[in-house]
Amino acid sequence: MTKIKTHVLCCGGTGCKASASDEIISTFEKLLKEKGLQDEVQVIRTGCFGFCEKGPIVKMLPDNTFYTQVKPEDVEKIINEHIIKGRKVTDLLYLDPENKQHVADSKHMGFYKKQLRIALRNCGFINPEDIDEYISRGGYEAIAKVLGEMTPQQVIDEITKSGLRGRGGAGFPTGVKWGLCAKNQADQKYVICNADEGDPGAFMDRSIMEGDPNSIIEAMAICGYAIGATKGLVYIRAEYPLAIHRLQVAIAQAREYGLLGDDILGSGFNFDIELRYGAGAFVCGEETALIHSMEGKRGEPTLKPPFPAVSGYMAKPSNVNNVETFANIPIIITKGADWFASIGSEKSKGTKVFALAGQINNVGLIEVPMGTTLRDIIYEIGGGIKGGRKFKAVQTGGPSGGCLTEKHLDTAIDYDSLMAAGSMMGSGGMVVMDDTSCMVAIAKFYLEFTCEESCGKCSPCRIGNKRMLEILNKITEGNGTMDDLQELRNLAAVIKDTALCGLGQTSPNPVLSTLDNFWDEYVEHVVDKKCRAGVCKKLMNYVIDKDKCIGCGKCAKNCPAEAISKTSYIAEGHKLPSMEIDTTKCIKCGACMSGCKFDAISVK
Amino acid sequence: MAKVKSLAELKAMREKLQSNLDLREKSNNPDALVQVKVAMATCGIAAGAKQVMEHMMEKADQLKLSVVFTQTGCMGYCHAEPTIEVKVPGKDPIVFGHVDNKRADEILEKYVMNNELVEGIIPVNYEKI
Ligand SMILES: Cc1cc2nc3c(=O)[nH]c(=O)nc-3n(C[C@H](O)[C@H](O)[C@H](O)COP(=O)(O)O)c2cc1C
Ligand code: SF4
Ligand code: SF4
Ligand code: FES
Ligand code: FES
Repeated sequence: MTKIKTHVLCCGGTGCKASASDEIISTFEKLLKEKGLQDEVQVIRTGCFGFCEKGPIVKMLPDNTFYTQVKPEDVEKIINEHIIKGRKVTDLLYLDPENKQHVADSKHMGFYKKQLRIALRNCGFINPEDIDEYISRGGYEAIAKVLGEMTPQQVIDEITKSGLRGRGGAGFPTGVKWGLCAKNQADQKYVICNADEGDPGAFMDRSIMEGDPNSIIEAMAICGYAIGATKGLVYIRAEYPLAIHRLQVAIAQAREYGLLGDDILGSGFNFDIELRYGAGAFVCGEETALIHSMEGKRGEPTLKPPFPAVSGYMAKPSNVNNVETFANIPIIITKGADWFASIGSEKSKGTKVFALAGQINNVGLIEVPMGTTLRDIIYEIGGGIKGGRKFKAVQTGGPSGGCLTEKHLDTAIDYDSLMAAGSMMGSGGMVVMDDTSCMVAIAKFYLEFTCEESCGKCSPCRIGNKRMLEILNKITEGNGTMDDLQELRNLAAVIKDTALCGLGQTSPNPVLSTLDNFWDEYVEHVVDKKCRAGVCKKLMNYVIDKDKCIGCGKCAKNCPAEAISKTSYIAEGHKLPSMEIDTTKCIKCGACMSGCKFDAISVK
Repeated sequence: MAKVKSLAELKAMREKLQSNLDLREKSNNPDALVQVKVAMATCGIAAGAKQVMEHMMEKADQLKLSVVFTQTGCMGYCHAEPTIEVKVPGKDPIVFGHVDNKRADEILEKYVMNNELVEGIIPVNYEKI
């Protein structure tokens, strides 16, 4: 019998699918068959490798060769060279942004070196549509252990001892939450998985569901046993069709094996899961709004208490956890609370998945131990700032979070240190910015998002945020005053204190943290009417360098506003007087600058 | 599909399925395992490298050795094909030439398992990347 010598892992995540991974897989299958290699080479469609920007990704095992941006046309070459002759296809290898060298395998890529994959342990490693692959990695042994050897209270104690905190934003201790729900007696209770993932740019939960759906199913069943629930609900946004499909496949396979349904593993415990679809409103990720939306009501938050643990879905005790929180559960049970608690920082245990984005070389999904520094994330894993520019800020926590600066680069990040620095862990968005970003404009971007997404139920959020946005607009247009800056702080304080739900209570954070960390930049906008990053168009002025200008007059001809005229100054060595711009007439179209052959015009 | 009815059944199922993922699990941490590289360029294949690799994989399984087998390109020893490079954790790699089934068995049984030297070592005096 011929033995399988090579595994070809082809990414089948949303990012790579968009860039032709399906065609790559079918080409592999077809060509391998033609060449009679189908018994030696196994092609596996996996979940996301986290490196979507350089996708489609194809990883060759056992030598861990990591091919990026593979095109269907490249497949033949990979087969002929790599599989048949054992030679790597150099131009498809990942190019190190620092030293411009091709990196032969993923073990030597900076992107992966400092990562520790717990929640993402199976993503990019197994075929998510084959429950057997999950089982062969020890899957469903946690639920088996729980049902066979542990009481519900022991499960809760184990999770509490592990120190796991909710990955959906607030960081509430998961074991404690389960304990609260377990205490409440009721004829029916619910386990709810929050897969709404509404932060702009976030895709950690999506990738987990696409890459390892069985881990979520197993975790929800464990939670059901611990709190005494037999029903699980996954609230997932309808814009995640692939994640929905993978979950459906996994649920069906788990039912066939009797790992969901009645009498799981012969223990007498019953548990089943249904999917519920959300329309993708940010506020529906808030747990009370999410529950109302599932009940078919308007997706609006209500005041807590009562907490879902007391009165949740259909007024029954319900336990809501985030996707990534659940993904950690099975492995905590199999490897033990002490193992998990040995990873991470003092008060934040385990790892966190981040969606690394912005002006950084390696954009992607990463998982690092809690307590990793921003510097390691940005420079080691992220490969530094794009184009060798200067680091300016990093935004964490999305619309509820804030911006950190240079001085925070060596902060070990966890729930508490981020909070202390005026930001938040949030669900794991991390946007890196260089010196071309204007911090006032960034604050405005997040506030615009919040204003769009506010459900409008309470006035501090509905009206207060709009007022703040008006002020930011005024500042970016050059009409701000110092009083406006004070007013921003006043409004922020009121909104934080009086808004009904987490959306409103955290919405001023992007403004507050930029006011704190980039005060000078606000003052520049207000007093000097300047935007140093050159982002706020209304604050830019075109100026002509009188010593560079040779007086050709081309700019004046190009100017639609007749804002350019001759001066009486003739620079040394020039024959004609140089030109100047009347800033009161200039409409900032840029025509003069692009037409000047002598580089005499710039924006200041 | 039959239902899984107990932890024991689940474990038995895992045992059975595990070999499918074996190659992947091993490649997660190749440096901790014995690595065998088989030169699979034109002359290697002509000299029977492929068949020796198959044989060696079977043998390693029989001996319950955890070995990562990779194919590499030309190693530059066309005169001594088939050639293989064997790297035992913590030791420098050793290249063996003229490897046939018999020598392959010897390499696994004597060198890998018992650290005895076997005939056919090709002196290597360059650093491989
Ligand atoms: C406006 C708003 C949006 C939220 N969006 C999400 C979300 O998309 N996903 C999520 O898991 N939690 C979200 N949360 C947090 C949930 O309310 C809840 O705390 C969380 O799902 C609990 O799970 P955890 O303890 O596992 O983190 C959001 C909260 C607020 C206030
Ligand atoms: S804070 Fe905003 S999102 Fe929350 S209830 Fe009030 S208006 Fe709605
Ligand atoms: S930017 Fe446009 S309007 Fe202003 S001076 Fe140049 S050409 Fe004229
Ligand atoms: S979708 Fe392929 S690497 Fe993320
Ligand atoms: S082709 Fe085999 S050693 Fe050169």
